[in-house]
Amino acid sequence: MSSTPLPGIGVRYDLTTREDRRLSVVAQRDGARVLNAYRRDDPDECALSVKLTAPEAEALIDALMPAHHSPSLLSTTDLGLVAERIELSSTSYWCGRLLGDTRMRTETGVSIVAVLRRADAVPAPGPDFRLAGGDTLIVIGTREGVDAAAAILGRE
Amino acid sequence: MHSSAVFLIEFGAIILGLGLLGRLAGRLKFSPIPLYLLAGLAFGTGGLLPLGASEEFVAIGAEIGVILLLLMLGLEYTATDLVTNLKTQYRSGLMDAALNALPGAAMALLLGWGPVAAVVLAGVTWISSSGVIAKVLGDLGRLGNRETPVVLSILVLEDLAMAVYLPIITALLAGVSLAAGSATLAVALGVAGLVLFLAVRYGRVISRFVSSDDPEKLLLVVLGLTLLVAGIAQQLQVSAAVGAFLVGIALSGEVAEGAHNLLSPLRDLFAAVFFVFFGLHTDPSSIPPVLVPALALAVVTAGTKIATGYWAAKRAGISAKGRWRAGGTLVARGEFSIVIAGLAVTAGIEPSLGPLATAYVLILVVLGPLTARYTEPVATRLSARLRGGGPDGVPSAAPRAEMLDPVEDGAPRA
Repeated sequence: MSSTPLPGIGVRYDLTTREDRRLSVVAQRDGARVLNAYRRDDPDECALSVKLTAPEAEALIDALMPAHHSPSLLSTTDLGLVAERIELSSTSYWCGRLLGDTRMRTETGVSIVAVLRRADAVPAPGPDFRLAGGDTLIVIGTREGVDAAAAILGRE
Repeated sequence: MHSSAVFLIEFGAIILGLGLLGRLAGRLKFSPIPLYLLAGLAFGTGGLLPLGASEEFVAIGAEIGVILLLLMLGLEYTATDLVTNLKTQYRSGLMDAALNALPGAAMALLLGWGPVAAVVLAGVTWISSSGVIAKVLGDLGRLGNRETPVVLSILVLEDLAMAVYLPIITALLAGVSLAAGSATLAVALGVAGLVLFLAVRYGRVISRFVSSDDPEKLLLVVLGLTLLVAGIAQQLQVSAAVGAFLVGIALSGEVAEGAHNLLSPLRDLFAAVFFVFFGLHTDPSSIPPVLVPALALAVVTAGTKIATGYWAAKRAGISAKGRWRAGGTLVARGEFSIVIAGLAVTAGIEPSLGPLATAYVLILVVLGPLTARYTEPVATRLSARLRGGGPDGVPSAAPRAEMLDPVEDGAPRA
């Protein structure tokens, strides 16, 4: 990976792959990223040039990471349990309702081990914990259980 | 009371009109600069709708516009960028200056306008429009192309050259004697060098002094500092714009980024006012007589810019296609040609210079994005036809040179 400064715009990072294809990323000063792939017949010119916003670039990085399968996945274990982040939308049915009302453990068998709210983390929230839009719930359970939990929490 | 109402109505109408024009330009994927200039022509003396009450405010707004244009330019670069570019690319910069400034100077002398106008017109034809070119590079998806750093470093050198050129122009236009002029120039060079040195050495300290988490305070401090330095520079006859540019250079890192975000909308507003102001001071009826020289100058300097880009890209080991692309991209002239012409118009030398510069910029700001897009395909097709044309010496030498290039290209790979 080599880098070239682009004065006034940012920095270009270049990568030549094992198959001798050239790729580059232009990191612009304003945070935007441009992903480029070069033509075979004219290695100076881009055949593809895609502009990405910061969140789009992050999603792409996540997909490119060899270890990751899903952007919300925290880890997998050999026990067949997965931990995931599930975010409550601001229009969620559960906004302002109690955690106990979701009957999560009974319905799906998963545990909600923490709730992330802005900069804070609330560990082990009880049934009387009141949910709010924008909360991120950390749930642990079987693959099916976590999917079912995501379906319940996705209720509008 | 009454005049303030008239002022608000006039100024509001101008800004609203510019907003709508800008939107139209955006829809057509076009730089709004030519439309702003045309709007100025329409509102000004001899135009369709002459304005009265708001003229003084527009004049001050235009001055702030120039200062902000240069400040933002300075913010885009770090002092290290400038120094590295100067060291590695000064030859391209010199070639650029020689090829593109001379046609302007020659044209002014040919029209019998005298040496001062020649220096002004040289500047008008020399400096490419960083704004238009950066936008074109993004729009055409060429930010990652190998010739792009070459194009950008030529722009950087032009901007740096402005820091030397503007004080010279300011001194010449003020009509000072040779001795006083060279003293001014020495002061200007000294100040520019000192600021560059301070920025490289103590940029972080200056930035920390200006830095603030509160956007309101950051805005006020940066804007205040810039106007103050610009004013002092003006007083020393160094040119306000250069003062602003140097402030931009001295700020770096987070502060530069924050200031960039805060000041962008202000710059857009006042830069638009500046283009209108320039148009206001040009009588539309004075343009037709200078149209032929403007067109000739545009054609010649489009050619010399393409040659400059071609040459610079060749030096950097770029293949033929990329060389044509680099050349075509550099053709656009815009804001800085108008800034230079604006200084001359305010100083009141040669009345035809303003109209000529307006026509020239109108042509090249529209032509520039087109040459950026089409120079390479046209040149490739022409050279292919030449190659097919016959076994004469010149065309058959060209493809051989091209075939050698990929070998050179291999060198910088990681």
